[in-house]
Amino acid sequence: MAIFSVYVVNKAGGLIYQLDSYAPRAEAEKTFSYPLDLLLKLHDERVLVAFGQRDGIRVGHAVLAINGMDVNGKYTADGKEVLEYLGNPANYPVSIRFGRPRLTSNEKLMLASMFHSAYLSLLPLNSSVLVLGNTGSDFVVLADPRQAGIDSLLRKIYEIYSDFALKNPFYSLEMPISVQGDGQVGWYSRASLFTQPSWAPGPSWCGCFAGGRSQPCWLHRSLQPPRRLCSSCNAWQWC
Amino acid sequence: MSRPAHGRPEYHKINKDLFVLTYGALVAQLCKDYEKDEDVNKYLDKMGYGIGTRLVEDFLARSCVGRCHSYSEITDIIAQVAFKMYLGITPSVTCNNSSRNEFSLILDKNPLVEFVEELPAGRSSLCYCNLLCGIIRGALEMVHLAADVTFLQDRLKGDSVTEIGITFLKKLDEKKYRRKK
Repeated sequence: MAIFSVYVVNKAGGLIYQLDSYAPRAEAEKTFSYPLDLLLKLHDERVLVAFGQRDGIRVGHAVLAINGMDVNGKYTADGKEVLEYLGNPANYPVSIRFGRPRLTSNEKLMLASMFHSAYLSLLPLNSSVLVLGNTGSDFVVLADPRQAGIDSLLRKIYEIYSDFALKNPFYSLEMPISVQGDGQVGWYSRASLFTQPSWAPGPSWCGCFAGGRSQPCWLHRSLQPPRRLCSSCNAWQWC
Repeated sequence: MSRPAHGRPEYHKINKDLFVLTYGALVAQLCKDYEKDEDVNKYLDKMGYGIGTRLVEDFLARSCVGRCHSYSEITDIIAQVAFKMYLGITPSVTCNNSSRNEFSLILDKNPLVEFVEELPAGRSSLCYCNLLCGIIRGALEMVHLAADVTFLQDRLKGDSVTEIGITFLKKLDEKKYRRKK
């Protein structure tokens, strides 16, 4: 998904609208035996990796699941405390899934209202940010840096916002916007109507899928069969 | 396929008469509700202020004007772009004050007063189009510019032209709303 999130922030710094699309998050699941060679700590109701980065498990990653069952904050699915569970050698070998923690709404609010470079660590590593703010309210779109046409998406979102602020006489300015589902903003950011994403051009020897690239280069893309928008899930499909 | 970068969306046109008659009904009702002209003017201005704060977002979204660097530029844009977009007229701009912060918009044709013959008997100081003043004031305040907008001359009161005066006061403190970095 090229568009990760859209935030609208009012003059005073409060978040009035947010939209998060699925963002690919790196997760790593490994089986461990006692003793655990990672140092885990409890932070903000989550169990994070404090030390022991290896094999795709980075510092700051949270424990997402133990033995296939999702953890609930700092408690396992059964209601036991995660740290206590992992401290008991009888529970090993255990399979733990680590990944970047999902942002809570509080953290999203902080991210949007105090947009600081330190918080960019909570975002996927390869994302670009575009901001538009004319009358004091900020519109922030987080997207894949390879995705083109973000500024026209931003303009479109501003138009939708101005329509919404105008049309609804009962909407007070600077207040949070409540929309059923994703609304028009979601549709536009998913459909990416404005331009085709312009992916990085291939090198001259054109090893398209080499080097970790998951998409063909612009040249081979044009040779592929045309894409169509799937009517049910609004995703681009190859014919 | 070429697509304009800032696509101008379709305008939904409505009947101008409907709009003018609605405005007339609004002013007439306010006159019935309030005895004094100042009250009617004040409430028209207040309603216009509420409209202006919202309309400016629509204006900025659809007109794609860049940042303005001077008061005269702003007044020019109000006259040539905003009035044209919303009322279909283009007032002319004059600068009154040598210190360059007082401007006037001269409207030779005002669609809102199309059906008004003359002001009623006891309403000699009624500013019929005071809503416009409120709209301009609200819009400027949303872009952090404090301004005083009044009618200087009014055809309905016997003057030759309708003149709206805009006086820019000191710029509103934008930093007040800035988050701590």
